[in-house]
Amino acid sequence: MAGKVKWVTDIEKSVLINNFEKRGWVQVTENEDWNFYWMSVQTIRNVFSVETGYRLSDDQIVNHFPNHYELTRKDLMVKNIKRYRKELEKEGSPLAEKDENGKYLYLDFVPVTYMLPADYNLFVEEFRKSPSSTWIMKPCGKAQGKGIFLINKLSQIKKWSRDSKTSSFVSQSTKEAYVISLYINNPLLIGGRKFDLRLYVLVSTYRPLRCYMYKLGFCRFCTVKYTPSTSELDNMFVHLTNVAIQKHGEDYNHIHGGKWTVSNLRLYLESTRGREVTSKLFDEVHWIIVQSLKAVAPVMNNDKHCFECYGYDIIIDDKLKPWLIEVNASPSLTSSTANDRILKYNLINDTLNIAVPNGEIPDCKWNKSPPKEVLGNYEILYDEELAQGEGADRELRSRSGQSLGPRAGRLRDTGRTVLTTWK
Amino acid sequence: MLQEESDLSLIIAQIVQKLKGSSLYGQLERQAWASLQRPEIKLESLKEDIKEFFKISGWEKKLQNAVYSELSVFPLPSHPAAPPEHLKEPLVYMRKAQGSWEKRILKSLNSMCTELSIPLARKRPVGEQKELLNKWNEMGTDEPDLSLFRPVYAPKDFLEVLINLRNPNYENGDSLSFRTHLGLIQVPLKVKDIPELLTFSELFENEHVRIGQKVLAEQDSAAAQQYIRQGSPTALRAELWALILNISSQPEDILYYEQLKTNVIQHDLLVDSLIYKDVKLTASNDDYYFVFEDYLYQVLLCFSRDTSVLDHFAYNSASPPKSYIRGKLGLEEYAVFYPPNGVIPFHGFSMYVAPLCFLYHEPSKLYQIFREMYVRFFFRLHSISSHPSGIVSLCLLFETLLQTYLPQLFYHLREIGAQPLRISFKWMVRAFSGYLATDQLLLLWDRILGYNSLEILAVLAAAVFAFRAVNLMEVTSLAAAEAVLADLSTLKVMPLLQIFLFATVT
Repeated sequence: MAGKVKWVTDIEKSVLINNFEKRGWVQVTENEDWNFYWMSVQTIRNVFSVETGYRLSDDQIVNHFPNHYELTRKDLMVKNIKRYRKELEKEGSPLAEKDENGKYLYLDFVPVTYMLPADYNLFVEEFRKSPSSTWIMKPCGKAQGKGIFLINKLSQIKKWSRDSKTSSFVSQSTKEAYVISLYINNPLLIGGRKFDLRLYVLVSTYRPLRCYMYKLGFCRFCTVKYTPSTSELDNMFVHLTNVAIQKHGEDYNHIHGGKWTVSNLRLYLESTRGREVTSKLFDEVHWIIVQSLKAVAPVMNNDKHCFECYGYDIIIDDKLKPWLIEVNASPSLTSSTANDRILKYNLINDTLNIAVPNGEIPDCKWNKSPPKEVLGNYEILYDEELAQGEGADRELRSRSGQSLGPRAGRLRDTGRTVLTTWK
Repeated sequence: MLQEESDLSLIIAQIVQKLKGSSLYGQLERQAWASLQRPEIKLESLKEDIKEFFKISGWEKKLQNAVYSELSVFPLPSHPAAPPEHLKEPLVYMRKAQGSWEKRILKSLNSMCTELSIPLARKRPVGEQKELLNKWNEMGTDEPDLSLFRPVYAPKDFLEVLINLRNPNYENGDSLSFRTHLGLIQVPLKVKDIPELLTFSELFENEHVRIGQKVLAEQDSAAAQQYIRQGSPTALRAELWALILNISSQPEDILYYEQLKTNVIQHDLLVDSLIYKDVKLTASNDDYYFVFEDYLYQVLLCFSRDTSVLDHFAYNSASPPKSYIRGKLGLEEYAVFYPPNGVIPFHGFSMYVAPLCFLYHEPSKLYQIFREMYVRFFFRLHSISSHPSGIVSLCLLFETLLQTYLPQLFYHLREIGAQPLRISFKWMVRAFSGYLATDQLLLLWDRILGYNSLEILAVLAAAVFAFRAVNLMEVTSLAAAEAVLADLSTLKVMPLLQIFLFATVT
């Protein structure tokens, strides 16, 4: 053991720093020799940029993949998923099977989305098919619910029209790009309130894909009763579940923070809807996470110095179908309640245990296969290496037997994929 | 032999009388009339044929369930000359104590009323009615100013009353024997001992969903009750509880609930503010139940106005408080029960409803289930009686178990001024709602339904103390003891009970 791990961070959060300190790691600055750098997305961009970049040495690990935005930018995520689906269709893969209306049976998990202004005309065509629909406009590069608004009339987005004479939308740079998605106006409501799911997913490598899901996700509830009424389209407290928005609401409660554990959700759904549909729902959630990662795996820079912990946002509609809304590269490490603080502290702890084995100075050449005991609250979501070992033809058979649910799919303790019955 | 027979026929007569007034009777009558059309019903053998028809069509089972339901709350047969008060509570000193406690509560309510110059009840102006109707589904937002309201009483106030209960006919004597009870409760009621309580700990881990589904298919209350003693699978629980409590949402039940809702819209009651305050203080801040805040108002406000709840006072030692129309104090013609259902909520009352929201999301069904749970079980947790499931017996059972099987712990806690009951009382009064994790709480309430008894609450309380005994032995103050027992959210009910009951016996 050459010495203690030297760490740097741009993100001054106690849940991080306490975890570093409890391992006896030593804080250094970025100019010194460091082993572990918990970076902001700005920094990772610099490290891997052509002008300001530098090579990382074998004993250096960072917490982002260089082009994570392929997954975490709203427009690129959708682009990659669309591309992935078309590729599967071309190969004649059964996964790309469609129903009689042309909708993908297994890969329809992102709401219909267009880029603006590029796809403006395509969007208008779609909009006119169902003029009473509501759409949600989201700026590609922002977070925490900033800049999001809902529309139900074309006039509300006139300025994104390419033909518009009064287009104030001059800059075509990706910074100002928006995506417009069909708004899910029939979300599953509990207690009359809309909520979304925040799940943490750790990826240690994209090729082969190895990812873990944190068992302790949570639901974020809106403080105000949900209504699809058009008069409340402007009321962000009704529609956006981001805590950054909700905590400014009058009824925000600092004890529970409007959050529910995923196990509460499970208990509620099983009690009121039954076990089969609940298991199916959770199985589908795992499925869409894995598919989204598979979609971007080919284009990801699978740099061996990198790992990443994503914050997945998922909405469940009233037919119990989960929809992938977005993936966050820097999920918030701020704690809104005491429970929250404990959860995030443990999240970082378990993440570090997997990414930096034994808390020792890392060697990025290691095989990234941690022993089961260190997983903590993570469980293996998908391990491509192990899955491939079982033969590709099992894929279709298991996929159509999806209703077996996660428990039936749980393979015995051989360190293989725990949650999935499919590849 | 003769006595038993006449007791039985008395019970039968009473139950028949009760059921004749129920909607089930009307339904059976209609079914019987309608069945005359059927080819298999012959005039010569009318009675037998109709009975057979009832059996095949499932109506006999419904009747069985209804009878079973009545039997669960039916008080034990008593002397024919016993006055009705004996059905409520046979022991005079208990009745007296309950009576004076009620007087205190009512006094407190009335003085709050006078201080704040708010009437106990008032009719809402039309504009206000419209507004309330509009926000019926979100009463949690935009709450009125509740700062001046305080709960009429909290569990610890009630505990003080119980501590001072004495049986005037009981000579305790000065000599301390090993039998002397060193706990807070000083009344000589009979409580079970561990061998009798072992039934609570069926060792059982198998998947029994299939059996549960069969029980549901049969629609048999008694079978469901037996089944649920071993706990219920999550997905079947809502239906099983409804079956055991004999709740089926008939159109008239839904109408009844709507009628109650109309009452809420039209009249404002002082207790409404108490309910609001309680929900805001308890459920709104709870990690599990905050989501259902609005349902709690929809249930509790209606509950206060439900006069059918008054029926349960026949077997409840408590009596509904009486109030008089303004200016007519003492004149019986102007007496009304206040609130209309006779139940004054106390601090934490809404927590009886909250866990049910995990099972039922349709307001009228949720309402019916809660009402039935209240008139079968929960009322016993806040009235003074000698009933084995009454809070007094539960307290005594708890203290006795602790003193008998964990004497070292018991004496130590007494020494440092931390009488165990002072800590466990609030758990039992709330049936552990808000203290255990929801899934564990539901497993506990499964057993309450299954055994038709609340004694398990006392056993669980003792088991919790046993579980944390090591830490508790090291504390030196009541506050420290409270801290050790502050967080029960990680406890698993069944293993805890099993460890306590089996390890303690051996």
